[in-house]
Amino acid sequence: MNQSDFLKVVLPFKDKVFRLAKRLLVSTEEAEDATQELYFKLWRSKEKIADYKNVEAFAMTMTKNYCYDRLKSKQASNLTLVHSNYKEKETSLDKKMEHRDSVNQVHQLIEKLPEQQKIIIQLRDIEQYDFEEICKMVDMKPTAVRVALSRARKTIREELIKKHNYGVS
Amino acid sequence: MELANIEKLVEKYLDAETTLQEETALKNYFTEGSVAPHLQEYAYMFNYFVATKDETYTKTIQLEPKKSKRRNFKWLSVAASVMLLFSVFIGKNQYDTYKQRKQAEEIYAQVSNGLKILSTNLKKGEQAVATLYKYQNKANKVLK
Repeated sequence: MNQSDFLKVVLPFKDKVFRLAKRLLVSTEEAEDATQELYFKLWRSKEKIADYKNVEAFAMTMTKNYCYDRLKSKQASNLTLVHSNYKEKETSLDKKMEHRDSVNQVHQLIEKLPEQQKIIIQLRDIEQYDFEEICKMVDMKPTAVRVALSRARKTIREELIKKHNYGVS
Repeated sequence: MELANIEKLVEKYLDAETTLQEETALKNYFTEGSVAPHLQEYAYMFNYFVATKDETYTKTIQLEPKKSKRRNFKWLSVAASVMLLFSVFIGKNQYDTYKQRKQAEEIYAQVSNGLKILSTNLKKGEQAVATLYKYQNKANKVLK
């Protein structure tokens, strides 16, 4: 497998890798580093890649594991607490502003979910993978994935309703 | 799509039983504007999902820059250690010659000091000899 073949296989899902990394590591810089690191790893194991049927799922699994390692390592533990990507919620009467805030709220709500639910909602609702692929990526049974996904969706919805009712009254 | 239908789909969605097609239908409904007020929270969710998917990795991916970086370091350390060895060697040489010169200077100073003393003493002797000659001359004259 030469370089151009390799890039043809791996480049289409670089954004997905990046977004998953960002979901888990929060900071954009960390996610960029993680993406770059992951591609080093993929390139190093390029001989094996030729044998894989689903390179994308393999890469997503690697991303997930790599991000877990990063989160565990002391080095990253400081960085995960930096939330620099969204502004403080502003009180504005503008309906559009409020709408934007609520969309941002979803981001914060996902942030608070357990890691596993975070990954699954990222893979399903944002990247739109089918269940079979998600099961492979996170190494879980389909029913477990469904339960986690359902739980995550319900939590987000309930939190949104709660926040909204507070806002109105 | 009809509202009743959407409501049904939303229920399924919460239980994670929708297919990808059904979820796309929901996504289209909730991101296209007029949303029933009691379903507003789903609009936020789906809008967020769609917006997030637009984020891309903008940097170029490099396949092996780390290696060269490491190699650079390796060569740098080799060069540094060679330099260190070389400078120690040169320094030792320089120090040795310096020490030798210092020693030579010391010896020279000692020798010249000794010679000076010798010469002053010789001068004294010369004077004494000169006076002796004078006496001798005078004595000779007297005796003749």
